[in-house]
Amino acid sequence: MISLSNIHKSYAMGNNSLHVLKGINLQIEQGEFVSIMGSSGSGKSTLLNILGILDNYDEGTYHLNGKLVKNMSEKQAAKLRNELLGFVFQSFNLISFKNAMENVALPLYYQGVSRKKRNKIALEYLDKMGLLQWANHLPNEMSGGQKQRVAIARSMISKPKIIFADEPTGALDSATSFEVMDILREINQDGITLIIVTHEHDIAAMTQKIIRLSDGRISEIIQNGELKNWKSQYRRELEIA
Amino acid sequence: MFDIDKWQEILATIKKNKMRTFLTGFSVAWGIFMLMILLGSGNGLSNGVSENFTRDAINAMWLWSGKTSIPYQGMKEGREIKLTNSDYDLIKDIEGIDKASGSYYIRGNMFSYGNEYGSYTAVTCHPDLKDVESIDIVEGRFVNEIDIKQARKSVVLGKDIYDALFKGENAIGEYVRINNIPFKVVGICKEGGGTRHRNAYLPVTTGQKVFNGSNRLHNFAVTVNAQSIEESQAIETAVREAVAKKYKFDSKDESALGSYNKLEDVLQTMRIFQAIKIFIWIIGIGTLIAGVVGVSNIMLIVVKERTKEIGIRKAIGASPSSVIGLILLESVLITTIAGYIGLVLGTGLMEGLNFIVEQQYAASAATNGGNGETIFRNPTVDLNVAIMATALLVVAGTIAGYIPAKRAASIKPIEALRDE
Repeated sequence: MISLSNIHKSYAMGNNSLHVLKGINLQIEQGEFVSIMGSSGSGKSTLLNILGILDNYDEGTYHLNGKLVKNMSEKQAAKLRNELLGFVFQSFNLISFKNAMENVALPLYYQGVSRKKRNKIALEYLDKMGLLQWANHLPNEMSGGQKQRVAIARSMISKPKIIFADEPTGALDSATSFEVMDILREINQDGITLIIVTHEHDIAAMTQKIIRLSDGRISEIIQNGELKNWKSQYRRELEIA
Repeated sequence: MFDIDKWQEILATIKKNKMRTFLTGFSVAWGIFMLMILLGSGNGLSNGVSENFTRDAINAMWLWSGKTSIPYQGMKEGREIKLTNSDYDLIKDIEGIDKASGSYYIRGNMFSYGNEYGSYTAVTCHPDLKDVESIDIVEGRFVNEIDIKQARKSVVLGKDIYDALFKGENAIGEYVRINNIPFKVVGICKEGGGTRHRNAYLPVTTGQKVFNGSNRLHNFAVTVNAQSIEESQAIETAVREAVAKKYKFDSKDESALGSYNKLEDVLQTMRIFQAIKIFIWIIGIGTLIAGVVGVSNIMLIVVKERTKEIGIRKAIGASPSSVIGLILLESVLITTIAGYIGLVLGTGLMEGLNFIVEQQYAASAATNGGNGETIFRNPTVDLNVAIMATALLVVAGTIAGYIPAKRAASIKPIEALRDE
């Protein structure tokens, strides 16, 4: 599904350039539930943005669904995002003057689905999220958890193959965080590949595969089976600290 | 291209961003509104004044004789020039002269009828004077050719004379005495452009015969066929040269033969109004530029404000062109409607003003027999100008929106999303 080979990315910061990704090699298969971890500045958000074709990269190759993603025009990238990818952001990124239903329906607008039909589908997805009675509310009338669920519904409505979530629980309290993670896990069980960026270990522990980044390189990939080990090791680390 | 869904999306956006919509619309509506008022007022002033002018035939010219002031061909200055009926024939036939009338001055003009009497001016003339001085006949007729040929003792009384002597009773066919000589009243008239009608008109031949004028004439009133100052001046010069040649004086001698050319005056005043019009246009264009700047400014802010929205839309699959289209169509829609509102309000105000002015004009005209006093009439604007101005603002708004919208739509969505 996703295949990265030797990805480099640097940002120009005035005269200096900041080398953020220093050769990333990564394979993610269809249906995986992956989390990307790392301290701040390790390049995890940059990696997610490149994976989501929200940002470009300098070196290496990125194959998405068997197709090389490189130097794409904005139009092609937008089409690919619309067809294949869904996004969930830390700050929700709902359009403030549209109500929940219209926000959820927006990706279908760009697929050319008629207003009536897309609003009907949006209501179905809101219902799945338990937000049917909030359909006509504006984002600022909803709680963080509700907003994130609206955002998740929006990311799912176009039936993407992959959903990217950048710190989806970053702005939520722990109870709401677990609710959101439950929803994401359900989505994953329907066969959608899920890639989340987080710095919270307990959130990462709910995924099947943890990719740890440090200083622009993958330092460690922890598979599902090793999670228990990893958890105890993580506890030890905490105790030492 | 017409996509109901797209327009629904735009209308929904407009409905939910009322303040932004209002500000954009207001700057356009205000610009057009002010432009309409400015141009309308300018036109009104210009129309009013030119109407006042045209009441007298604007191509009228007057000539009168006097004494020479420049020595000519060995003759001293101070020679009196005496015009006669033959000069009337001479001037009448000069090319470019349309209507012509000669006049002989009568001294001492005591008018009486029954027990009523008063001192008024008796003007002797040819029938053409009616056209030169735009005289309106209220009743009866003006001096005609038969009056001239037979030197009939006919008189056309000014309305004021008639009112004073006859007190509203029938005057036509009655005899009034002018310097104790009875004249038959054949008509009652009003002077064009004037508010006083104290002149009486008699046939010039009668005046000469009755008041011992033999064939003397003192002045001429003519109209010229000229479209420009230059043409009019050329005709004036031709007349002066013809008379000067006959009486042997310098054709530039204003004292020997005085002349006043009304067209010259009119055209000069019209030039001033042309200048005022240009001035108003400059202010109008200034107003438009202010409007353009206002719209551009708001569009810049709108795009800035929507950067994050653009990022979201792009992240969920909007192509750059669809984002630009959305913003620009919204701008075009708002500016067009606002421009139209400004147009309607501006036109409405000017029409309202026009209504009031016309009523005042009608009121003053009623008391003064059709000659209302006004310097402000028909203050309306050419609709094409108004539409062009609106189109200009719409286009300016579009261009001003396009540049930042294109920039915002072409940056990576992640940068747009980060914008907080």
